Amino acid sequence: MAARAIWKGDLKLNSTKVPVKLYSAVQDQTVRFHILDEKSKTRVKQHMVDAETGKEVPNEEIQKGFEVEPGTFVILEDKELESLEPEASREIEIEQFVPADEIAPEFYDRPYYLGPDGDQNAYFALAEALRKSEKEGVARWVMRKQQYVGALRAEDDHLVLVTLRPAEEVLSAKDLPRPAGRAPDKKELSMAKQLIELLKGDFNPKDFKDEYRARVAEFIEKKAKGHAPKLHLVKSKRQTTSLDKVLSKSIEALKKQKRAA
Amino acid sequence: MPKKTARKSHGDNGDDNQRAARPFWSGTLTFGLVSVPVDLYPGNRTNRTPLRMLGPKGEPLARRYYSQKTERDLDNNEMVRGYETDKDKYVIVTDADLERLAPEKSRDIDLRRFVELKEIPPLYFDRSYFLAPSEGSEKAYKLLSETMEKEKLAGIATFVMRGKEYLVAIFPENGILRAETMRFADELRSPKEIGLPEKKRVSAATVKKFENIIAKHSDRHLSLDELKDEKTEKLLKLVAKKHKQHKDLVEVEEPEREEGKVVDLMEVLKRSLAGKRKAA
Repeated sequence: MAARAIWKGDLKLNSTKVPVKLYSAVQDQTVRFHILDEKSKTRVKQHMVDAETGKEVPNEEIQKGFEVEPGTFVILEDKELESLEPEASREIEIEQFVPADEIAPEFYDRPYYLGPDGDQNAYFALAEALRKSEKEGVARWVMRKQQYVGALRAEDDHLVLVTLRPAEEVLSAKDLPRPAGRAPDKKELSMAKQLIELLKGDFNPKDFKDEYRARVAEFIEKKAKGHAPKLHLVKSKRQTTSLDKVLSKSIEALKKQKRAA
Repeated sequence: MPKKTARKSHGDNGDDNQRAARPFWSGTLTFGLVSVPVDLYPGNRTNRTPLRMLGPKGEPLARRYYSQKTERDLDNNEMVRGYETDKDKYVIVTDADLERLAPEKSRDIDLRRFVELKEIPPLYFDRSYFLAPSEGSEKAYKLLSETMEKEKLAGIATFVMRGKEYLVAIFPENGILRAETMRFADELRSPKEIGLPEKKRVSAATVKKFENIIAKHSDRHLSLDELKDEKTEKLLKLVAKKHKQHKDLVEVEEPEREEGKVVDLMEVLKRSLAGKRKAA
């Protein structure tokens, strides 16, 4: 089933415009529950109450406050909050390009696919140019009253736009001390390298399944039909032996597996 | 936008990241038969400007659930989790059910595959966490991180945290292991599923034109200054200005408040990496 575009705009590079439609690349598969009143098995609603008296406070009387000192709040009016909103625009400005592997994984947030909105030649030519140059564009745009910075990338033949987190929201390992403790010796390092080499392969995301989600869905299906399966708690074990013994054992076991395969 | 119905997700990685003074999760990282006990901490700061809802006179407010039937506020133990199978028909799933449904070895992050980090398309990356050694696992931890750092590899695994299974890429940065959760393959749409047209022949001249633009505006690095959060900066400025002018200030009396405590994540991580978590 084809997806619906959530936004439309123009990619702007210099004076060149490429009209695009924006689609969410994520499809949420989370098993979603409703909160129910246990007695009546009906859905609950939420409201805000005075924490002390428990009396309901209607929406139009609620104020928003920002805590400046413990117990002291600055009230912010809706009008003031609206004045902080960026000006609406239909342009996705691309002013800079960086190597495609320059931005660290922790900055990537939400991915969107872009689709051509008219000029297909320009759309696919831009994707091809990005791929050939091994670059990604740094994009800025305003969507739904929110300012975004994102990475414009080629994903095979198509264009994707991945929003980037503000620098303030990302903790950097460079500001942290390296972990304490004794450094591993040469023998351990060479065995660990061997072991990891044996486990090395391509990134095939389809090899990994959300087993838990599948089990929850299956349980719900069975219970809906009236026969809920009995469930038992599973406990995991933990072993303790010396590091190099475990390393050599692991290498042996993996080599055997590979020979057998 | 106000939500019409109360929803509870199967997973729970809410906005309480900043409050995690203790590890967010603890478990064991394994590769081959080697096991490395680790503590997991959030690597993102979310919601830097939390706004508190207050009453007309500045009274502290609380969110409550109420029954649509009786209009009475409900305590936590009067509510259950229900999956809607038909209109107004629910299958009840308890906490104990979910706990028992967790896959075996759910406390383990079993690194079954190592890949080149740059091979992972950024579309997969979701949230960031740090892993710190625990229970005297410093040596095995360092062995793993140093080996991966030399080979520029990421370990791939799945694990269960707070009622949800995650696909995760683990890779070292400055000797510290980062755990980046990823979307499962079926959580990402393909261009075909979206209904995007397939590529047809493009004009070589247009490609060349874009290549020229790209070359002309290319830099080696992206400066972090480009990743400013202007809206938050503006909000903080407005708050500071009003505070200074003593405008619209209210005092709120809350003798027993736990949830609002904000912990400095960096401090917690620094302590943990120095092996001092227990002493603190």
